[in-house]
Amino acid sequence: MKHILVLIVALIGAPATADVTDAVNRHILPGYADFAEASENLSVVAQQDCSPEAVRPAWNMAFDAWLGVSHLHFGPVEAKGRSVTIAFWPDERGAGARALASLIAGQDPVIETAEGTAQVSAAARGLFGLEYLLYDPQFADAGAYGCDLIRALSADLAAIADATLADWSGGYAEQLRTAGSPENRTFLTAREGTQALFTSLISGLEFTTLQRLGRPMGTFDRPRPNRAEARRSARSLRNVDLSLRAMRNLTVTLTNGAAPATLAAFDRALTLVAALGDPDFSTVATPQGRLKVEVIQQAVHAIEISALTEIGPSLGVSAGFNSADGD
Amino acid sequence: MTTRRSFLASVLVSASLPAISWADAGGPSYLAAAREVDGTFALFGLTATGQETFRIALPARAHAGAAHPHRPEAIVFARRPGTFGLIIECLSGQVVQDLTAPKGQHFSGHGVFSADGNTLFTGEIDNLTGAGGIGLWSRGNGYRRIGAFASGGIGPHEIVRLPGQDVLVVANGGIITDLDEGRTKLNIDTMQPNLSYLSLSGDLLDQVIMPPEMRKASIRHLSVNDSGKVAFAMQWEGVPDETPSLIGLHRMGQDVHLLEVAPVLAQKMKGYIGSIAFSGGTGAGMLAASCPKGSVIALFDASGSFRAMLDRPDVCGLGSVSGPFFATDGFGGIATVSEDGIAPLRATEKAWDNHLITI
Repeated sequence: MKHILVLIVALIGAPATADVTDAVNRHILPGYADFAEASENLSVVAQQDCSPEAVRPAWNMAFDAWLGVSHLHFGPVEAKGRSVTIAFWPDERGAGARALASLIAGQDPVIETAEGTAQVSAAARGLFGLEYLLYDPQFADAGAYGCDLIRALSADLAAIADATLADWSGGYAEQLRTAGSPENRTFLTAREGTQALFTSLISGLEFTTLQRLGRPMGTFDRPRPNRAEARRSARSLRNVDLSLRAMRNLTVTLTNGAAPATLAAFDRALTLVAALGDPDFSTVATPQGRLKVEVIQQAVHAIEISALTEIGPSLGVSAGFNSADGD
Repeated sequence: MTTRRSFLASVLVSASLPAISWADAGGPSYLAAAREVDGTFALFGLTATGQETFRIALPARAHAGAAHPHRPEAIVFARRPGTFGLIIECLSGQVVQDLTAPKGQHFSGHGVFSADGNTLFTGEIDNLTGAGGIGLWSRGNGYRRIGAFASGGIGPHEIVRLPGQDVLVVANGGIITDLDEGRTKLNIDTMQPNLSYLSLSGDLLDQVIMPPEMRKASIRHLSVNDSGKVAFAMQWEGVPDETPSLIGLHRMGQDVHLLEVAPVLAQKMKGYIGSIAFSGGTGAGMLAASCPKGSVIALFDASGSFRAMLDRPDVCGLGSVSGPFFATDGFGGIATVSEDGIAPLRATEKAWDNHLITI
């Protein structure tokens, strides 16, 4: 009996080994490869036919693929402002729409080259710049220039996605897989590698809680459905669903599935998401609708709590020390 | 006849006796507080290569502090609510004096010594109104409190002193914080930060008030270089997707120069700078700002032009005795930082706290 107790204590107390290599090989690299492929396809489709009807399906596939990796906020995607350019949201002041309107009004030739397009404001580029052009009535009559713009922004997105994948494949993935090895100058210890992935998980869950769900919820007295992410394309709920699935996949690979409470919390939230049936969160305008979204928000927050208490201690990592501390 | 005892007594009061200096404390270049693996807190002396020269246990998490200009003695402030500070003798590791904030006030967590080392100035905040004060403590009298004057604004945070001058520079952050669990910020819609230059008797010599669109940028952290140029770092309380400049350069009596960072990179700073530091030593010099929420360090040259943004998770502590910057993070890393990149020095199991004290 005593031995069994010792064994149980040992099983509970021993830090599990984080499977960073599995997370890199089965989560991160395939995710960026999917995003690069879908973005390239978007660019090809746009070159063939730039009408919104033709481009929308490919744009949606690229957005779907981005959600597979949108929670990863370190490494190549943070270089050269890539992540901000890929998904410039929230855009509280409508900087994207203003920049696009200005380009169109001036028929600005800057978009004639890839280098020129890369100089355009990040707010006007990436998935959200394209969403305006493909879905917002304000840009429905942008004419030939609007067509050129859709092509230029699609090619620009494909180039960014391709460069991100190339940087991961061409060295950064190996840096992360060999975290803690003597010659590794990016990740000094194995823990730093695990920490980067854990931080991505926690901040990704926070982003979904506070931004994707919290922004349209507003306050009880003043819900803000117009603040929902990607509401023009009515994929606000889909974004929550796919980002949760992606983070669940990260959790499975990082922990080898040894995070039962966290995974159960993911499944509970995903069940609630599947039952909502409100693609753009417009129902938050009513008390009943807002309550249902709030229940999802609480379920996503519960995943974060679960990850902090279950995965953090078992892998020997935590949320940031200084980043969590206002000063 | 001179007895040994009387000789010693005369030596001890003699001004000609070489003072015990920082070199005697093992020659640390920086002081840094940290949380240990076991959850306790301590203050460390660190050399320029990140080696520990001493360890002094602390009763609670620390925030920042100030080193005495000559003697191996430092004030370390407790983290919020910040009602006490400890004077630590860094040779013996003894706490030689407790400082307690006046009733109804708390320490801002920062302070500075006068050039002669005789007076300690501490940032103090009224618990109810947020009104800022500077407390004066006499080192020669066992750190007895000898006075106080207004800081020139609401919610002061960091205080520095112009080199070789009896002028204090105070970052009045402008925020009134409710000291409840959530630390609710009570006056974001009306906040008005400023940068104030004060004489040692509290006269307002100069004050910088930013233009209206920068009103929600709380001025919190400071660094001053040998020529008296002040760098101030801000934390943005406005709409999160706006990316106003978070760093200003200023010289007393002159105009402010706000430093520009390209918007896509400015976004990565997450509207929050945790520490700012000029590089020490000779040469043109650089300026570094750490962003623990964004996990980046931004580097600027002496003229304030942006040079580089480097990734380092949870980075906050920054200092520079000479040459490259020295940076610590909450995941235990100690690294040097220059335009060429981040060169790790050591990985420890400690969580290094917000600020470094440069000796």
